[in-house]
Amino acid sequence: MASPKVIVVGGGLAGLAATIKISELGGDVELFSIVPVRRSHSVCAQGGINAAVNTKGEGDSPEIHFDDTIYGGDFLANQTPVKDMCERGPGIVFLLDRMGVMFNRTPEGNLDFRRFGGTLHHRTAYAGATTGQQLLYALDEQVRRQEVEGKVTKYENWEFLSAVIDDDGVCRGIIAQDMRSMEIKAFRGDAVILATGGPGLIFGRSTNSMINTGTAASGVYQQGAFYANGEFIQVHPTAIPGEDKLRLMSESIRGEGGRVWTYKDGKPWYFLEEMYPAYGNLVPRDIATRAIFDICVRQKLGVDGQNQVYLDVSHLDPHMLEVKLGGVMDIYRKFVGDDPVKVPMRIFPAVHYSMGGLWTDFDEMTNIPGLFASGEVDYQYHGANRLGANSLLSCIHGGLYLAGPNAIEYAKNSAKSAGAVGEGVFQRELARQTDIYNQLVQAKGKENPYSLWLEMGAIMTDNVTVVRYNDRLRETDEVLQGLMERYKNVGVPDSSGWNNSSLFFTRQLWNMLVLARIVTLGALQRDESRGAHYKPDFPERDDERFLKTTLARFVGPTAAPELTYEEVDTQYIKPRPRRYDVAGASAGSEPAKQPTEGQQAAASIAGNGKVEDVMRAAGTPAAPSAQSTKKHR
Amino acid sequence: MAVSTDGGNAAANSAATKANKVITLRIQRQDTPGDDDKANRRWEEFSIPWKTGMNIISCLMAIQRNPVTADGKPTDAVVWESNCLEEVCGACTMIINGKVRQACSALVDRLEQPISIEPLSSFPVVRDLIVDRSRIFQAFKKVHAWVPVDGSYDLGPGPKMDESVRQKSYILSTCMACCACMEACPNFNEASPFIGPAAINQARLHNSHPTGAMHREDRLEALLGEGGIAYCGNDQNCVRVCPKGIPLTESIAEMNRQVNLYALKSLFTK
Repeated sequence: MASPKVIVVGGGLAGLAATIKISELGGDVELFSIVPVRRSHSVCAQGGINAAVNTKGEGDSPEIHFDDTIYGGDFLANQTPVKDMCERGPGIVFLLDRMGVMFNRTPEGNLDFRRFGGTLHHRTAYAGATTGQQLLYALDEQVRRQEVEGKVTKYENWEFLSAVIDDDGVCRGIIAQDMRSMEIKAFRGDAVILATGGPGLIFGRSTNSMINTGTAASGVYQQGAFYANGEFIQVHPTAIPGEDKLRLMSESIRGEGGRVWTYKDGKPWYFLEEMYPAYGNLVPRDIATRAIFDICVRQKLGVDGQNQVYLDVSHLDPHMLEVKLGGVMDIYRKFVGDDPVKVPMRIFPAVHYSMGGLWTDFDEMTNIPGLFASGEVDYQYHGANRLGANSLLSCIHGGLYLAGPNAIEYAKNSAKSAGAVGEGVFQRELARQTDIYNQLVQAKGKENPYSLWLEMGAIMTDNVTVVRYNDRLRETDEVLQGLMERYKNVGVPDSSGWNNSSLFFTRQLWNMLVLARIVTLGALQRDESRGAHYKPDFPERDDERFLKTTLARFVGPTAAPELTYEEVDTQYIKPRPRRYDVAGASAGSEPAKQPTEGQQAAASIAGNGKVEDVMRAAGTPAAPSAQSTKKHR
Repeated sequence: MAVSTDGGNAAANSAATKANKVITLRIQRQDTPGDDDKANRRWEEFSIPWKTGMNIISCLMAIQRNPVTADGKPTDAVVWESNCLEEVCGACTMIINGKVRQACSALVDRLEQPISIEPLSSFPVVRDLIVDRSRIFQAFKKVHAWVPVDGSYDLGPGPKMDESVRQKSYILSTCMACCACMEACPNFNEASPFIGPAAINQARLHNSHPTGAMHREDRLEALLGEGGIAYCGNDQNCVRVCPKGIPLTESIAEMNRQVNLYALKSLFTK
């Protein structure tokens, strides 16, 4: 039998990790990417990658990493994949080190680890403050080597348009378009892996790169793939506002001793340290974001009366800052003009990451047989809130241990190879995509797609981020439907038949609108507060009704998604209230399976659904009341 | 978030209206690739309303929303490459006011107007500001820019490393393949086979890694071959334009030393 052929779409960490594993296992890979893979969005990850290697004698272990991750995600993540990921963490970091990643070292020459949010342990391996870039380069280099060996064929500057699905509902390949020549073509694959990243651009400006439209995920959703937990969007507490994007200022800045503060009564107020004595500046991102938001928006205590607070490293050793955080210090210097070594940085929260994504089983296969999803585009690991430095780990874990090997396994066990599928199946999907393309070529309406995008981004940012109200979510969905109506009158602002970027963007825009509705309506229907999803009108976590995965199904181009709920796998760690003002609420250094008396008691209260004000206990003592915030709409 | 977006834009808009400031851009356009089309190269001028904190990317985005030239003629939206917008992906490299740099970190308030924007000149134009830079990745292949691991399975920890050595190598590894060094090099152009400074730097990086060093001769062979290190004319333009401050001339000198020793050794052992 010929070697199985796997199509990997996306050349970030997850896609490259899958590619490496598949070619190692004897498969042929066709790797598609809309940018040269070395320029993928993974380069933007700064702070590091988590692995409980316990080099600091703190008693850290994969079990504690597992507990921190589940607890940090407010118990929404299925526990089996998270447990596997945490156990494989050390092996993954060692592999990356062997591949030549220039991780910072200890005086003895071992890997160094630093603190990050949502844990009390030094668990984050890092390469300066450009860790994502360094990891991506290491994987890119391995794939280049496999390319030279003839095991991998790259299609860079090609955009994935849709999956090819046969009459039995099985994925048999993809349709993709050359972004230069505009040629649309069908490709056969015995399995297809989507590793296409997150959808940050549905919020207009975010910390995401320009390619993060979520268009591929939306495309297959419209072909029947389920989208899970779409409403869980992480807003990172510390970013620099900008006209074109909001630039991330890594959590590792606080990991190395950076402090967040503003003035109150004329004196510096280190509010995170005061509100959360146990975790201080290293509370999880949802909690830090809500605190900053509340202080700026409700209490009006932002620096200079603006929506900004200080992130301060000016008290730290300049040499240490250069060695451990040089990359982000440079970004601040280049884009703001101030030197953070001397002057506190001014930051505000920004949309950063989607915990939700394509639904997959524990093998990372979607509900469409033969179609896998890995990396930020899947929904597996982060529950209702992702811990910092877990995303790089989840991407590589997914590609290397799940999507990659499982795609090969699936291909080998398939009764029929993609090569044996009739040409008609491919021609049918090719014709559908060619049709959509031809409509766009003729789209000469007066609506500019980039302007529609700005409108979508503004309403999504206003109403579907840090604080959510049902009336505003309903209003947002109406606005989104209005934009879909106006899309019918869109005009592509470029008439060229060669490298027409605007045409690609216009097609992506429709897919973004579809995803934006999933996010908005998922949020509307979830009447509770959990992790990044916060509703002042429903401030408590409601395990009885909502300790469930949201599943969105496509039922028609202009219809609202059909939302159903699926049980969460909680077999290892019993849900308990989430709070970060004291350390004892987390399993901390206790093995996960042996909770303390207090935790058992807390867990049983949560289980009964009677715990009062879980959300406030979880870390928003100054949570804005519905009324007071609404005043500042 | 909400208030930041609205408030920020509103403030910037009103400031712009008050000052009625505009930014003037002159952009070199080219519809299709190839030398035949060079006759089709032309300049178009655009006027963009000024806002606080703008960079070249936000100007180009404004043109997408309103693709009309300064003299009121509708035109096609300008195309360019960009992705991360924080100077770590290398995509948006172009020539701005005569200097090779990334468009994302080119802040408008620090540029003299009218601002001229051109595609890189040492690479074939695809369209407008997009050039084909795939050559740098071919060069990375040529110099074996990877650490040949035995496999992606768990074999335990990697080699220990001296932190001071690691710090030097880390700087080399921040190269984002933006190709600024190749653009600035007088010995690199479409007709020359020179692999360029970035690839030589990659050879040094991988030769400095304990495992990579086991295969150093593969890289030295490549540097000795056609398009290799001998093409460097020591003009030192590369190090001056590198946005990441990579000591490229130091890398070239170091690789020259390694190549010479290797060549000498080969002479006596053959």
